[in-house]
Amino acid sequence: MKKDFELEQISSSEWTLPRHGEMRVPGMIIADQGTIEQLQADLEGGAEWNALVQVRNVACLPGIVSASLALPDVHPGYGFPIGGVAAFDIAEGVVVVGGVGFDINCGVRLLATPLDREEISPFLTKLADDLYRIVPAGLGSEGKLRLSVQEIDHLLQEGARAVVERGYGLERDLTFIEEEGRIPGADPSAVSLLAKQRQFRQVGSLGSGNHYLEVQTVERVFDVEAAAIYGLSEGQVVVSIHTGSRALGHQIGQDYLKEMARASERYQIPIRERELVCAPIESPEGKRYLSAVAGGSNCAFANRQVLAHLTRSIFTDLFNLSADEVRTVYDIGHNNVKVEDHLVKGEERTLLVHRKGSTRAFGPGREESPVPYRPVGHPILVGGTMGTASYVMRGTAMGMEKTFGSGIHGAGRALSRKKAAKKYWGEDVKASMAADGITLRTRSMRGVAEEAPGAYKDVECVVQAAVDAGINLPVARLRPVIVLKG
Amino acid sequence: MPFEYLDHTADICLQGIGKTVEAAFAEAARATFNLMVDLQEVSAREVIHVLEEENDLDLLLVSWLATLLAKSSLSGMILSRFHVDISKVEGGFSLRGEGWGELLDPGRHRTKTEVKGVTYAGLRVFQADGVWIAQCVIDI
Repeated sequence: MKKDFELEQISSSEWTLPRHGEMRVPGMIIADQGTIEQLQADLEGGAEWNALVQVRNVACLPGIVSASLALPDVHPGYGFPIGGVAAFDIAEGVVVVGGVGFDINCGVRLLATPLDREEISPFLTKLADDLYRIVPAGLGSEGKLRLSVQEIDHLLQEGARAVVERGYGLERDLTFIEEEGRIPGADPSAVSLLAKQRQFRQVGSLGSGNHYLEVQTVERVFDVEAAAIYGLSEGQVVVSIHTGSRALGHQIGQDYLKEMARASERYQIPIRERELVCAPIESPEGKRYLSAVAGGSNCAFANRQVLAHLTRSIFTDLFNLSADEVRTVYDIGHNNVKVEDHLVKGEERTLLVHRKGSTRAFGPGREESPVPYRPVGHPILVGGTMGTASYVMRGTAMGMEKTFGSGIHGAGRALSRKKAAKKYWGEDVKASMAADGITLRTRSMRGVAEEAPGAYKDVECVVQAAVDAGINLPVARLRPVIVLKG
Repeated sequence: MPFEYLDHTADICLQGIGKTVEAAFAEAARATFNLMVDLQEVSAREVIHVLEEENDLDLLLVSWLATLLAKSSLSGMILSRFHVDISKVEGGFSLRGEGWGELLDPGRHRTKTEVKGVTYAGLRVFQADGVWIAQCVIDI
């Protein structure tokens, strides 16, 4: 078994898992030395969940193109590794529920304000309290919106626009959301009534786990040109909102896991792990799942739009700003599957790209980026840990070649939640953050322990590995000032 | 009989352990809701009924937990006590189960984390050392 997973080092941060056995393509892992050592130790220790095994299993799926990829924040997931990217030929390939997960289009919204750290310093407690009051967070958190099934259907099709129409935000916000906050092709009839009913109170809520809202400052700008284009400068106050499609996305994932299990049998698709149940992309089951995922993704865009609007209202009230002074920089998902055009060995091909814990990271020139961002490519929003730093990065031409234009999405967990909860106390984590000037508001101290910065890899190493491989470039580093957790 | 959590980097792998497969399923449900709240704080006031049929016990475990999660989330409830009956039917197994609990009250219940879904990863219902173990990975 171990011999099957011997990696070949290509560069300081790139490794291949050569094709063997049932693998249709090789594995390709971009990571720092420490991460590779961890993955190998997991394998040697016989850990039941192992990202290298998951990279191999994905490489065995029909129609996969070029390589089964893992990016520097890689860690074991279910079915796919987290930080996993896999592209499939439309005619030959499959769509995999485990390549998207339950939190469909979970992602990050970044808002920029015209304020600097000194301007908010006297109001930190009030700002934290006001945000904590207005942003529904935690187990079963509910928004103020109450949507009927018909209204949910509209939201599934129209995404962020559906809530902007109701007064939650500005028309301009939509321009700066990935795919303008609306993925076409969502079919409400592909989403179960149960999924819609579970959502009716949850639009505009943060949830829990690793979801957060952070007020941050731009600590350092690395790329002056891109930062200027994105409207970011050192010292500036920004807000990051990390959440997803809430109960609706969860229920779509659960419903389709079952449907895809049947489809896998019907089409006799050889899969190495039950969690990789899938259907041919062009089969009725595959198409139905994709139209449900489009709806789930739109729901996530709408959810972040409502939260962005609520956050904006706190800033405009407290600091006497106009609404358009609290600007959406970008909004991007990191659990999704998309039809995209890519050059593969010089040939233009349309592919279905799964990104599980990875963002799109299109380099300069692509028309999917908002027009003002095209010269440098759209921002990639990399959520760090609540005690350290987050990054704004951008894609590169090399990343288009190596990773189908994909980027890292966070620091990536290093410790399990169980180990983290054993090692850290929520109160200690809060105190240590306070000592670093970070104000924390949370509904769950256990959650804080599980999300302790020490439970994650060093975000700096993760960013550096992506930079070394030439796939993503740093634009700015963001330091948290206020952290809201569910 | 208890439940346990095994190490999983991103999510949670739970094991419900019981003398019978039914007891193991009930413990797996307790393990699931224990991720969300402190079970001792939940009064068994109202009931949710679950009726599922699947080809095998593994899939039955996923359906049992997923239906409990969906139904409790729909009604804003959290659950702490469970009862399960499983019988063999043609082509598989049938489950008739109950979950007892009450409405979630964030003012009174110390909440933990939300559960997003029940995966097929690590999914196994098996017997070892004279007990039944119902195991799966939960996405949180």
